Amino acid sequence: MHELPVTEHILNIVLKHAERNRVQRVVSITLTIGDLSELENEWIQHYFDYLSKDTIAAGAKLHIERMPIVIRCNACGQTESIRKDQLGQITCSKCGKSDDFSLVSGREYYIKEMEAQ
Amino acid sequence: MDEIKLIEIKEDIQSDNAVVAEELRDRLRKSRTLMINLMSSPGSGKTSLLLRSIEALKNELNIGVIEADIDSVVDSEKIAETGVRNVQLRTGGFCHLDASMVKKGLDGLDDPALDLIFIENVGNLVCPAEFDTGAIQDAMILSIPEGDDKPLKYPLMFTKANVLIVNKIDYITISDFAMDRLRGYVSRLNTDIEIFEVSCKTGEGVDQWVDWLRQSVSDFKQSPVR
Repeated sequence: MHELPVTEHILNIVLKHAERNRVQRVVSITLTIGDLSELENEWIQHYFDYLSKDTIAAGAKLHIERMPIVIRCNACGQTESIRKDQLGQITCSKCGKSDDFSLVSGREYYIKEMEAQ
Repeated sequence: MDEIKLIEIKEDIQSDNAVVAEELRDRLRKSRTLMINLMSSPGSGKTSLLLRSIEALKNELNIGVIEADIDSVVDSEKIAETGVRNVQLRTGGFCHLDASMVKKGLDGLDDPALDLIFIENVGNLVCPAEFDTGAIQDAMILSIPEGDDKPLKYPLMFTKANVLIVNKIDYITISDFAMDRLRGYVSRLNTDIEIFEVSCKTGEGVDQWVDWLRQSVSDFKQSPVR
């Protein structure tokens, strides 16, 4: 839903790093996004193509690396990977507790790397 | 053709927003102003809860409101009638507020003597959860007609909020909403969240919420400035 402003941030960060590394053309960009975040690959690419058309990142392919939601039971230390819709109904598979979890991964929201010439 | 090289970036997509949000929090700590970001679906009662809260506290606290509305002034007019300072931010189709938009709102309120500022975020359970507004506390409203399964559909919002106000509690007898079920889902997502059950229509439970607001403002005033 908010892919346009997010894509603008992505382009700005990519162009900053492109300038810093003195590259001529950005070929691809890899994003790392946790499964807890809503972000549609198709729309990101669509907006990126539109926003980047007069820049050295024009035509770059965006790859999204999804990170699973992993939680840790604070009672026994068990970690497990779960789906988003299971979050509100989990019970620890090891000790059976259900009210003290912390999130190990799933909220990632960053640009990992880019390929450039 | 030059060969392709791999450049590591490892930069948060929201790093700019995070910087602005932290600047806002610094400013609020200095002025001792508690700013609360109020998030919910459209129609769950953000404006009604604000009106109830303002009514109860306007004689003891200086209150300001930053209103986000996609393209109307309906809510802002209701808030203006209470006499508190308020600023309307037209988000022009945006689905959320970010820290730089809130900064405009704070600049617009232009009053360091405020004790409490409410941000009425855009009505939406998805996008506002992703963007740090610079607020000190994040509150969310869920109303009974929306159903008790919302934590399963929108978990991020429930993990982010410090306080949950369950509104329209007067509807519970005619609905299949189960408060225990809701509390069960929410406690798995967020162990520290405080939950208030209120009806902005009948006034039930509003006192407890207002007491929490009063206490939070007082605690924030006494917290050490970093």
